[in-house]
Amino acid sequence: MLLERLDPLASSVFSTLAIASLLLSFVMLGSRWLKNYLFAFSAESIVIAVLSATVGYYGGYPELYAIAALTLLFRGVLLPYLLWRVVRRLDVDREAHLALQPSSCLVIGALLVMFALAVSFHVVGGLRLQMTVAVLALTVMLSMKLIGFLMLTVRFEAISQVLGLLVLENGIFLGSQILVPGMPMLIELVILFDLLVVVVCFGVLVRYLAAHAGTTSSLELRRLVG
Amino acid sequence: MRIELLLVGLPAPLFAVLVCILARRPRICEAANLIAAAVVFACAAPLPFLIAGRTLYFWRDYVVLDPLAAWVLLCTAIVYLLSSIYSVGYMRLLGEDDRLFEYYALFAGFAFTILAGPLMNNVGIYWIAIELTTLVSTFLVAFERAAESMEAAWKYIMVVSAGISLALLGTILFYWAGTFVLGPSYSMTWPALAAAGPRMNAPLLTLSFLLVLVGYGTKVGLAPMHSWLPDAHSESPAPVSAMLSGALLNTAMLGIVRFLRIMHGAGLGPLPQLVLVAFGVLSLLVGALFIVRQAGVKRLMAYSSIEHMGVLALGFGFGGALGVAGALYHMLNHALNKSLMFFGAGAVMRAYDTKEMDGIRGIPRRFPLIGGLWLAGAVAITGAPPFGLFMSEFTVMRAGLNPRFAWAVVSMALLLIVIFVGFLNHFRAMFWGVRGGAADAAPVVLGGWFIAPMVLALAPLLVLGVWWPHEVWTYLSGIGQSLWRTAP
Repeated sequence: MLLERLDPLASSVFSTLAIASLLLSFVMLGSRWLKNYLFAFSAESIVIAVLSATVGYYGGYPELYAIAALTLLFRGVLLPYLLWRVVRRLDVDREAHLALQPSSCLVIGALLVMFALAVSFHVVGGLRLQMTVAVLALTVMLSMKLIGFLMLTVRFEAISQVLGLLVLENGIFLGSQILVPGMPMLIELVILFDLLVVVVCFGVLVRYLAAHAGTTSSLELRRLVG
Repeated sequence: MRIELLLVGLPAPLFAVLVCILARRPRICEAANLIAAAVVFACAAPLPFLIAGRTLYFWRDYVVLDPLAAWVLLCTAIVYLLSSIYSVGYMRLLGEDDRLFEYYALFAGFAFTILAGPLMNNVGIYWIAIELTTLVSTFLVAFERAAESMEAAWKYIMVVSAGISLALLGTILFYWAGTFVLGPSYSMTWPALAAAGPRMNAPLLTLSFLLVLVGYGTKVGLAPMHSWLPDAHSESPAPVSAMLSGALLNTAMLGIVRFLRIMHGAGLGPLPQLVLVAFGVLSLLVGALFIVRQAGVKRLMAYSSIEHMGVLALGFGFGGALGVAGALYHMLNHALNKSLMFFGAGAVMRAYDTKEMDGIRGIPRRFPLIGGLWLAGAVAITGAPPFGLFMSEFTVMRAGLNPRFAWAVVSMALLLIVIFVGFLNHFRAMFWGVRGGAADAAPVVLGGWFIAPMVLALAPLLVLGVWWPHEVWTYLSGIGQSLWRTAP
C-alpha cells in the first residue's frame, strides 16, 4: 500500500497540495464574481494535476503522468474556457441575488470541513491509518463535496451551479488520486471524458434556458411546483 | 453462443441513431427507430429463458448477464417497443417534422444507454452508463422548447448530476475498501467486489453503501431525492415520460440491488435494508400526499411513479426470496402499466390541449376506446385486482410481515389505500365530473398508433394478474436467493 510506506517529504507535499485545493474552493465560496469562480476552479484543477503527477512519481504509477497531463488540459484549461465563453455570451458577470452573504458561506464552509474531519477520523480509525495522509485526503474529498453542495444550494446563477457540480467532481478526483492511485486508468479516462460531455451539455442547455425561459437564474425558475 | 448472438442485437438503437442523423427524413427516422425497437425486443425477450439462473460473462468480462440484468433488459425492451410505436402517432401530432430526426436520434440513443447499464460488469462503467442516460434524456425532456420544459430539463440535469456524483464517491470508496483486500490495483467488477466484501472494513463499507444508495436513489426518484422527477416526467413528450418512468428508473434500481447484494454477502445487510425500507415508506408518503391534491394530469402519473419506486424499494428492503420476487414482478407490471398511463395521458392532453385535469371532462364521450383502456390502467395502477400490480404489491407486503418491518407494512397498506382513493377520484372527475367551461365536442379519432400500444400494454397486465406462471416465480425467487447468498 502506498499510504503505509510513504516517505515524509511525499506526505507533506501531498498535504500541501490537498490543502491548497481546499483553500481554492473557499475562494469560490467567498466571492460573488463569476470570473473569480472560473479562475479559482482552473487553479484548483491545476493543483490537482500537479498532485496526480507527484503521486505518480512517489508511488511509481507512470500512467498517472498521462492523467495529470489530461487533467491539466481538460479541467485546467478546456472546461474553464468553455464556461468562460458561455459567461461572456450571457452578459452576466456576478451573482445578482445572494441567499447567504459570502462571509456566512465561509463560516458554514468551515463547519462543513470540521464535520468532514470528524467523519474521516471515524472511518480511517478502523483502518489503522490515523497517522497517514489518508485522513487529510478523505477530509478534503468530503469537504469539497459538501462545499460543492453548499454552492449548489446558495448560488442561483446557472454558471455558478455548474461550477458547484465541477467542485463536487474535483473533490472526488483529488481524493481518489491519493487513496486509490492504482485505480484502472480506463475509468479515470472515461470519467474525464464524461466531464467534458457534461460541460458541453450544460453549455447548450444554458443557452436554451436563456433563449426559451428568458433567465439563467434558478430563482426565476418557479413555474413547476406541487 | 446463442446468447452472445442475442446480445449483439442489443446495440441496434445505435444504428437507428446513425440512420436518423444521416437521413433526416421524418418517416425514415420513425421506421429506423421502430425497427431497432423490434430488434431489441426480439433479442431481449428470450434472454431470461435462455439464461436459466446462470451468470455469464462476455468479451473479456466487460459484459455480464445475470438473471437480474436479463429481467431488467426485458422490462426496458418492452417499454422501448411500446413507446416507439406510440411515438409515431404522438410526434406526428406535435407538427415538428423538421426536428423529428433529432427526437428519434436522441430517443434511440437514450434506449441504448438504458440497455447498456445493466450489462456493464465494471462498476465504474455502470456509473458512466447511468450518467449518459441523464445527458441524453435531458435533451428529450427539453424537446418541446417551452419555458416549462427548459425549467424541467435544467432541474433534471442539475439534481441528478449532483446526486449521481455521490454515487461516484461511494463507488470510489468501495474501490478503496477493496484495495485493503485485493491490493492497490484490481479491476472493479461486481464479482470482485462481492468476493472481497466479507473481508472489507465494515464502517467504510456502510458509508460507501449509503452514499451509493443516496446517489442512485436520486436517479430512481426515491423521496426525498425525488424533486426532479415530477417536473421531468410531466414536461417531456409522452413517450419519453414512459421511457423515463418505465425503463430508466429500473436501470438505476438495479445498481442499488447489486450493491445491496455485496452488503448482504459481507454480512452487513440489516442497516441497508432498514434505510431502503425507510426511503420506500417516505416515497409512498410523498406520492400519496401529492397525488391527492394534484392538478396536472402528467404530474399525477409522475407522483405515482415515485410511489411505485417506493414499493420496489420496500420489496428489496424486506428482502428474502418473497420480497425480491415481488419487487421484480412489480418492476415488470409497473413498466407495462406506467407506459399505458402516460400514453393515455398524452392522448388526452393533446385532445384537450391542456395539462390541467380541471380542463379535462367527459372523456367517455370523446374517446370511448382510449378512455376505456386508460381507465382500466388507472384501476390497475392503484393496485386493484385482477391486474398484475395487485399480485406484486400483495407479495411485497407478505414479505414484510415480520416483527421487524410490521410498521412499514402497515404504513404501506394505509398509504396505498389513500393513493387508491385519491388517484381514482381524479379519474372520476375527468370521466364523469360535471362539465367545466369547455364546449361539448364530438368524439376524437386517434389512430391505431395510439390504440395499439395501449392494448399491448394492458393485455399482459391482465394476464399477469390472474396467472403468475410458475417458471417466472422460480426465476424471480432464484434471484432473491442469490441476493442472500454469502460469499465464501
